Amino acid sequence: MTEIARESLIVNLLIFVMAAFLGIELIRHVSRLLHTPLMSLTNAISSVSIVAALIILAKPKDNFVLLLATIAVALAATNIVSGFMITERILKMFRRQKGKK
Amino acid sequence: MSLPIQYLYVIAIILFVLSLRWMSEVRTSRRGNWAGAAAMLTAIIATLLAFPTQRNDLLIVAIVVGTVIGIPIALKLPMTAVPQRTAMSHAFGSLAVALVGTAKYYQLAPNIDTFTLSVLSFEIILGFLTFTGSCVAFAKLQELISGTPFIYPGRTVVTLSSLGIAIVLAIYLILNPAQGIILPIMVTFALLFGFLLVMSIGGADMPTVIAILNSYAGLSAAALGFVLDSKILIVAGTLDGASGFILALIMSKAMNRSFINVLFGGVGTKMTKDGDATTVERTVQSYTVEDIATILDNARSVVIAPGYGMAVSQAQHVVKEFADIIQARGIDVKYAIHPVAGRMPGHMNVLLAESQVPYDQLWEMEQINSLFPETDIAIVVGANDVTNPASRTNPDSPLYGMPILDVDKARTVVFIKRTLNTGFAAVGNELFYLPNTMMVFGDAKKVLSELVASLKQR
Repeated sequence: MTEIARESLIVNLLIFVMAAFLGIELIRHVSRLLHTPLMSLTNAISSVSIVAALIILAKPKDNFVLLLATIAVALAATNIVSGFMITERILKMFRRQKGKK
Repeated sequence: MSLPIQYLYVIAIILFVLSLRWMSEVRTSRRGNWAGAAAMLTAIIATLLAFPTQRNDLLIVAIVVGTVIGIPIALKLPMTAVPQRTAMSHAFGSLAVALVGTAKYYQLAPNIDTFTLSVLSFEIILGFLTFTGSCVAFAKLQELISGTPFIYPGRTVVTLSSLGIAIVLAIYLILNPAQGIILPIMVTFALLFGFLLVMSIGGADMPTVIAILNSYAGLSAAALGFVLDSKILIVAGTLDGASGFILALIMSKAMNRSFINVLFGGVGTKMTKDGDATTVERTVQSYTVEDIATILDNARSVVIAPGYGMAVSQAQHVVKEFADIIQARGIDVKYAIHPVAGRMPGHMNVLLAESQVPYDQLWEMEQINSLFPETDIAIVVGANDVTNPASRTNPDSPLYGMPILDVDKARTVVFIKRTLNTGFAAVGNELFYLPNTMMVFGDAKKVLSELVASLKQR
């Protein structure tokens, strides 16, 4: 491993650890009411893997790699579109008691 | 990568974090969802600017296909099918990550260093096992296959062996990076492991399983981030992984079980006899809808405890109608939500929100339990194991130690149930035989509709 690669690995590990702690703290404070929409939201967010597919799509070595990356973009795009839309649909249904005393 | 593009990635990361932050309460939750969508769009634009592709035709086709499939799923999906949809999208997401990992391997091989290949192998195995695992979860939730655990002698050994073989192959591949032929074999065993793992898990454990699969999908995206040196993948993937992890923890804690026990415990296999032995001798009191209408005349407070049965018979709307009628008579109505009621975390909340129950009537188990002794009538609609007092009193019960809704402490318990069959854990419910329990047999929706009709006549 080169010096630069080692350096960026350490930085990435730090980011990973920080994100893990941050994620745990954030999710612990999510109301149980919202666990289902939370899951559909994180579903959409996990399709950030579309970024990885796009990076590969930029310089594919051969047609096989190109094919895999294209399928991955389509799958991730499906999740992104349906994930955010369905979360919106679920969240719209939550409402307070009308004329609450 | 130019500086403005890196700033775009920073903005996307901030928005992802804010998205989850705003998701913590109902008031700001929609803003959270929009922040998430904005983050995703920013990340995609930044990537397209930094890594322009020659094949915009394929890119557009892929995005159009994804959108055309995604929109109808999001708009047409009935709320009772949300657990299935979640399992399906885990399958899509994890397959996407696994394919990208595979593509990356063929892109780099054979000039691939040990570290990169180790992370890639981990990511590919995790992605593909999550894919088949999620497909099985989907099939079980959609009832394409039976929800009961697929149990056979030595299944844990068989299941773990398939994972073991996949890992051994991964190590061989890491030591011999040019042996590209190993990869498909490794993938096959990873697929097999995910399949076997979830096949042996029953329907009622799905909340935990779905949460674990959610976590895996995120972690594999984060692993890709290490390979591609992409901060946005690491952060977003890890946030998602943490979310699934916490949800799985909450679910298994609510069942008083460990992850390992959920994955390999196979509940519902050994205790069937116990349930039979205790139920044979006793009889239960069966009541009619009219009886229930009568006792409602003198009630001031009612707590409704819904379960998966409410989802199955689509009774959430008639539950709300019933609640409206008795509320109009001055009866206080609350809903008691057990964390694992239903088939995914928060399932009951969503169904009741769909039928326009105000969310401040939905009470979590810890808060509502202290109120049961002052409750006149607790009505159990399609829940079973989460109300079984045996979990407090009977150390031999497989449910022992699981926190439950203390409906038995209410003055009267009305239990609506199709038959005397046991719940998922195959344990007879002690509640049926208590003197203050009134059993009403029938489909939840039908019984409640009759009750509503009866109350309207009075």
